[in-house]
Amino acid sequence: MIEFRNVTKRYGRTTILDDVSFTIERGQFVVLIGPSGCGKTTTLRTINRLIEPKAGTLFIDGEDVTHQNPVELRRKIGYVIQQIGLFPNMTVEQNISVVPKLLKHSRAECEAITRELLALVDMPYEENASKYPSELSGGQQQRIGVLRALAASPPIVLMDEPFGALDPVTRESLQEEVKRIQRKLKKTIVFVTHDMDEALRLADTIIFMDKGRILQMATPEEMLQNPADPLIKSFLGRHTDDEAIAAPKKAEAFMKRRVYTVHENAKTLESIERMRKREVNSLVVIDDDERFLGTVSIEAIKERGKAGHPIREYINGETLTVHRSDDAKEAFDKLLSSSENYVIVLNDDRTVAGIITRTSTAKAMGEALWGEMDA
Amino acid sequence: MRELLFATGEHLLIVALSMIVATLVGVGLGILSSWKKRLGTVIITIAEIVQTIPSLALLALLMIIFGLGNLTMGIALVLYALLPIIRNTQVALTELPPAIIDAARGMGMSRSQRLTQVEIPLAIPMIFGGIKVALVNSLSIAVMGVLIGSGGLGYIIYRGIQQRNMARILIGAIPVVVIALFFDWAMTKIEQRLSTHTT
Ligand SMILES: Nc1ncnc2c1ncn2[C@@H]1O[C@H](COP(=O)(O)OP(=O)(O)OP(=O)(O)O)[C@@H](O)[C@H]1O
Ligand SMILES: [Mg+2]
Repeated sequence: MIEFRNVTKRYGRTTILDDVSFTIERGQFVVLIGPSGCGKTTTLRTINRLIEPKAGTLFIDGEDVTHQNPVELRRKIGYVIQQIGLFPNMTVEQNISVVPKLLKHSRAECEAITRELLALVDMPYEENASKYPSELSGGQQQRIGVLRALAASPPIVLMDEPFGALDPVTRESLQEEVKRIQRKLKKTIVFVTHDMDEALRLADTIIFMDKGRILQMATPEEMLQNPADPLIKSFLGRHTDDEAIAAPKKAEAFMKRRVYTVHENAKTLESIERMRKREVNSLVVIDDDERFLGTVSIEAIKERGKAGHPIREYINGETLTVHRSDDAKEAFDKLLSSSENYVIVLNDDRTVAGIITRTSTAKAMGEALWGEMDA
Repeated sequence: MRELLFATGEHLLIVALSMIVATLVGVGLGILSSWKKRLGTVIITIAEIVQTIPSLALLALLMIIFGLGNLTMGIALVLYALLPIIRNTQVALTELPPAIIDAARGMGMSRSQRLTQVEIPLAIPMIFGGIKVALVNSLSIAVMGVLIGSGGLGYIIYRGIQQRNMARILIGAIPVVVIALFFDWAMTKIEQRLSTHTT
C-alpha cells in the first residue's frame, strides 16, 4: 500500500505538487496520466525518494518512509524509465542481477532469477543472457529493463512512460506482457503515461493529474462514464466519441475483463465454493502458465464429481472461443447459434483475455441501435 | 649497443613509474572534480598552469627543491601528466547519460557502488585516452632528464651533441620517436576495444 498524505513539492517559487493525497492499494495497477508538466514524474520519483517533497508524508505499507534510508528503500521498489537505462557495460544477466547482487544474493541465485525472468518474456536464457544491451532491439532492451526492475521481487514497481519510445506493435505486446506479469506476480504497479489508450488498457485505477493536483482518481469505467473535468473528457477523446461506435469492432471491445478462473489442480469442493462466492455456475480452467484449458460447470461437478478430485477431470473442452482481435460479429454468431451462454476471448498466447456473455451481446446490440447505455 | 638497451630500459622505467603515480593521482583528482564542481575548476586550473610552465623552468625549480636525480625527473613527469588524466576523467564522469545515472540511483546503488560498478567502467575508454596522451608526452619530456642527472635516452643524445656526432644523436633520438609512435598506436587500439560496450 502506498499513501501520499498532503505531499507538496516546490522548485523555488513554483509549486509542482500541490497538497497531493491518495492511497494505492496493494496489487493494484495504477496509471498516472495528465498533460505534460503536470507532475506525474515528480509524483513517481517521490515514491522511491529520488525526489524529496517539501512537505507531507509518504507511507508504504503503513510505514512513514520519509525518514528511512533512501538507498535501501529503492532496492525494494522496482524502477523502469522511458530511456531504459540499461548499463551498457553489463550483459543482460548482469543487468538483471544488479539489485539481487546489492542484496547479497549468491551467483547461483542470480542465475536462477535471470533464467526465470527471461522465460517470462520468451527470451531464452542461452541465447540472451550473455548479450550486451547494444546487441538487443529497443523492445528487447525494455523487456530487460522491466525484468531488471522485477529481479529482487519488489512488491512495488514504478514505471515512467516505459513504452513511450517504442513502436506501436512492440508497445502493445509489452503492455500485454506487463499486465500479465503484474497479475501473475501480484505486483503493485504505478505507471506514468500520457497515452489514454495505454491507461485504459492497463489500469485498475487511473489518477488524472493537472498542474500538480489530482483531478480525478477512478477506475477506467468510471472515468469513461463520468469524466470529472472537461480536460479529462478531452483526453478520453475518441473513447467517448460517438463515431467510434460505428466503426467495426473487435471481440475485445465487447468482452468483460473480469473472468473467474480456477487452476486445473483445484479440487472439486473448492471450485464449487468459489462459484458460490462469485455467484456463477461455471469457471474457466487454466494451467500453470494461465493458458486456457476449458471450462468447468457446477452441473458437471455435481453429476460426476468426487470430493477431493482435481477439477481437471471434469473440464468441458468444447467451450466456444474467439481471439481478442477477431471480429465481434464472429463471437456473436457463435454464441447465437449454440446453446452456450458465453464465448471465451483469448490472447495470442492462449491466456484468457475476457468473456462475452449473452448479456454483453444484448447490450452491444442495444448500443448499436440506441447509443451508449448504462450498465 | 648495451648502453643503448640500458638507456632505453631506464627511460621506460622512469616513464612507467611516473605514469602509475600520475594515473592514481589524476583519476582520483578527476573523480573529486566531477563531484565538487567548484573544487574541480580550481584543480584543473592549477593543472593547466603547471602544464604551461616550460619544462626547463619546471625542472630547474624542482631541482632546487628535490636535488638532482631520477626522483626529480619523475615528479616533473607526474606533474605534466596530470592535466590530461584529470580532465578526461572529469569530463567522462560528468558527461555520462543522465538516464543511466538515474537508473542506477533508482535501483538503490549507493554513490560508491555507482562509481565502481557503472560510472568508472563507462568512463574507462576516455580515461585511458587521457593516459595515452600523458604517456606519449612523457616519453619525450623524459629526454630532458639528462639535464638534472637522471638517466634514459636523453643521456645518449646529450653525449652526441657534446661530441658533435650526428649518428649518436640519432641513436638516442630514434628510439624515443619509435617508442612514442608504438605506444600511441597500441593504446589507440586498446582504447577502441575498451569502448565496444560503453554505449
Ligand atoms: N529540477 C527541477 N527544477 C525545476 N523545475 C522542475 C524540475 N524538475 C521538474 N520541474 C518542473 O516540474 C513540473 C512537473 O514536472 P514532471 O517531470 O513531474 O512532469 P510530468 O508530468 O512528468 O511531465 P511529462 O509528461 O512532460 O514527463 C514541470 O513544470 C517541470 O518543468
Ligand atoms: Mg514525466
